[in-house]
Amino acid sequence: MLRFLLRRLLFGLLTLWLITLAVFILFFLATPGDPALNFAGEFATADQVAMVRARLGLDQPVYVQYLRYMWALLHFDLGMSFVNQEEVLATIVRRMPATISLALGSVAVWLMIAIPAGIFSARRSGQAADRLITIAALAGMSFPTFVVGTLLFYVLFFQLTNAGFPLFPLGGFVPITRDPLEWLRHMILPWATLAVVGTGTYTRIARGSMLETLNQDYVRTARAKGLGEQRVMYKHALPPAMTPVMTLVGLDLGGLLGGTIITERIWGLNGVGSLAVQAVESGDLPVIMGTVLIAAFFVVVANLCVDILQAVRDPRVRLG
Amino acid sequence: MSDTTATSRPPAAPVLSTRQRVMRQLLRDKAAMAASAVILLLVLMAVFAPLIVALVGHGPNEQFRDTGLTAGGVPLPPGSLFLLGTDVVGRDLFVRLVVGTQVTVFVAIACALTAIVIGVVIGMLAGYRGGLIDTLLSGFVDVVLGLPLLITAVALVSVYGASFGIMMGTIVFFTWGPVARVVRNLVVATKSGEFVDAARMLGASDTHIMVREILPNIAGQVIVYGSLLIPQVIVLEASLSFLGLGVPPPTATWGGIIAENQTNYAVAWWSILFPSLFLLAATLAFNVLGDGLRDALDPTAQRSR
Repeated sequence: MLRFLLRRLLFGLLTLWLITLAVFILFFLATPGDPALNFAGEFATADQVAMVRARLGLDQPVYVQYLRYMWALLHFDLGMSFVNQEEVLATIVRRMPATISLALGSVAVWLMIAIPAGIFSARRSGQAADRLITIAALAGMSFPTFVVGTLLFYVLFFQLTNAGFPLFPLGGFVPITRDPLEWLRHMILPWATLAVVGTGTYTRIARGSMLETLNQDYVRTARAKGLGEQRVMYKHALPPAMTPVMTLVGLDLGGLLGGTIITERIWGLNGVGSLAVQAVESGDLPVIMGTVLIAAFFVVVANLCVDILQAVRDPRVRLG
Repeated sequence: MSDTTATSRPPAAPVLSTRQRVMRQLLRDKAAMAASAVILLLVLMAVFAPLIVALVGHGPNEQFRDTGLTAGGVPLPPGSLFLLGTDVVGRDLFVRLVVGTQVTVFVAIACALTAIVIGVVIGMLAGYRGGLIDTLLSGFVDVVLGLPLLITAVALVSVYGASFGIMMGTIVFFTWGPVARVVRNLVVATKSGEFVDAARMLGASDTHIMVREILPNIAGQVIVYGSLLIPQVIVLEASLSFLGLGVPPPTATWGGIIAENQTNYAVAWWSILFPSLFLLAATLAFNVLGDGLRDALDPTAQRSR
């Protein structure tokens, strides 16, 4: 187990390092235009730009710049924003509550719908109910997030408010620590926005996995032993069938924690995703790189956690 | 199917090749057939877009400030003159959506094909040869999958400027890796087959084995993967256009039309609803077709029916 852990950890670190390298090349070296000019602003004199260049170390050879960048990263230093001179990491941390609320909530919503629907569908495989759920799931998968968001906004915010039922707010984020009820009211539509695609995808996955498990020999054995259907379903078939679902949840959660641009934008949530968009719009290179790196960090950590959990559950993974 | 069971069934069932069997299964799948019809319609719409535009007589970017807006400057709802209504500057929504189909269909086909060709070539090499190229591939795919797709795409497009080429490059960059990984795993599972050994013993070259022996065996799964990749590409393109980072305006794209009209929901619901429906029809059709293809190509799925 220790060997597996070490190997996996090393592999995760290597991936993370490769990602930082990719980000450095894509955004730092290959950027057209001069970061120093960007930082100094359009009214800076040539002297000022030169000063900024020296201060940012942009006059150094590439490998020195890279070593400095890596050195800073190793100290969790993502640099300063070009726009407001604030620490990038501090800005991201401040934006995390909205992103975390959105990610955890929407995953919870889609799992609560998708897992029962998937199991139901698998048990009635080939029947009308299964076909109906399958079509609904495929439709959910096919909805682009921004279409869901726009339509929800129009129907459940605009029309409902116009009709005299201002059930949902226009958008924005209220921290749960300030007012849990308002937090919930503000989060429901954003959760729904993200959950439509997730529910569709996970219903398909849960159905497929459950169907496969129900066709296994040991499930037939359990039935042959005369166990009740409920016991076969929930004791024998369900736990292994949910393993692939949980694996994907881990990975998707890692992705969502990096920020969800479209949902945050439509609902005015000041999360990491909207920070990334703002940074892009103002050409704030350190913040762009910071948000990409943080998001990548979450994905790699999520991968790592999922692998370790699987190894704990299944010896074949850690020994194979 | 053994002989003993065959006797109890109606005799003289013709022996079908895989392709015939898949086609038959697919033709019986009503959902997949409906999806194919929708896809065909979209492709025809894209191909004949110039003709449709000429027939309607409204340019896609032409602003009909007199006929397309009410006296108060409000867009017109769907009607006889403007089939699906107009937007806030008096452009014909139907014409814009038809022209937008061209972008969607072109980007979907071009990007998905490019991603699949690159993915198949590299995936086959990595799976067949193993060694360094295999290690490099898995490392590269890990890095690509580790990068947050939309944030990186947005950042890339913003740094290098929004253009058609950058957008397509970004989409291919994020989609070929997973294809390569799937193909690589399929090749690894296939290359130990006896028919590969047989071909090698007959003195076939590596290229021959890869192209003539292994490729036909994995083609089915690659086609399924491709048909499921297309809706992803469509959503990605529309999302980038929606964020203003895809095809620059005033070129009509579905995602762009939704973005343009996002703040006009109060006066023109149709300007959001119809592009959403077009987009949904396209992605749903490809997802349903891909699902049907997977069922048709998967022998185990038939037994459970």
